[in-house]
Amino acid sequence: MQWNSVSEFFAMGGYAFYVWGSFGATALVMAVESLLIRNRRRQMQQTLRAEHQPNELQT
Amino acid sequence: MNKHGIQWFKYASPQNFYFLAGRLWPWFAGLAAVLALVGLWIAFFLAPTDAQQGEGYRIIFVHVPTSQMSMLIYVVMAGWAAIGLAFNTRLSGMMASALAPTGALFAFLSLVTGSLWGKPMWGTWWVWDARLTSELILLFLYLGFLALQSSIDDPRRADKACAVLALVGVVNVPIIYFSVIWWNTLHQGASVSMTRAPSMAAPMLWGMLIMVVAFWMYAIAAALARVRTIILERERHTEWVKHAME
Repeated sequence: MQWNSVSEFFAMGGYAFYVWGSFGATALVMAVESLLIRNRRRQMQQTLRAEHQPNELQT
Repeated sequence: MNKHGIQWFKYASPQNFYFLAGRLWPWFAGLAAVLALVGLWIAFFLAPTDAQQGEGYRIIFVHVPTSQMSMLIYVVMAGWAAIGLAFNTRLSGMMASALAPTGALFAFLSLVTGSLWGKPMWGTWWVWDARLTSELILLFLYLGFLALQSSIDDPRRADKACAVLALVGVVNVPIIYFSVIWWNTLHQGASVSMTRAPSMAAPMLWGMLIMVVAFWMYAIAAALARVRTIILERERHTEWVKHAME
């Protein structure tokens, strides 16, 4: 391992903004996409439940 | 009928695929998480400092996987589109539209991480060179696909139009891949080649390969999870969806 201290690790040899920016942007996009997929599914489930409610009342 | 082995055509029906995808995607997501942790450990703690680029080169561990996935997803998407056009299967269009958003995000990330790498190493966020421009065109192809999809109300007609767009655009993928060979460009050549020994230290190579596989797993999980909702949206008036929701 080439890091002597925690601060050296976060400094990334002077490239902190670029390195952490890249990894941060990637992690952020993946997290947001996962949330969007979950929300779309929940919305669809709600729509389907609402649609099927009247059917149950008729029968 | 074939009684042996897996009956692949069974899963061509959206109903069966819905449940299959539901069982599969958590496994892919789990694999993605485990591999990403291993890959990140290698990327930050085992891979040595680069002789030329210092610690700045570590961007490679997200830049290569996102760039590669942006191209690979496009090819897979065009493949589904072709199957849809040839066999008129419903699932193909759904898979293509499930892959497009993930591909678009990876193309976007490829450009962002590339920019963040270009600034300290080349002194510029952006140049209009062959590699960067063709990757930008890839992002626009994804966005065009998504825009076309949402502009046509009938999903089956949208699938057909989008399939044609996807197939025409697939020409761009080899252009991106070979751009560093065909044209003079600021962008460096391929990091990994099949024909010659790797030019980088073993932990760098392994870290990168593990990150690439982690991103594959993530993309598969995302596409499978998304296609489930797309199947529900399109099959909402069928009996099986009504039962599945109970």
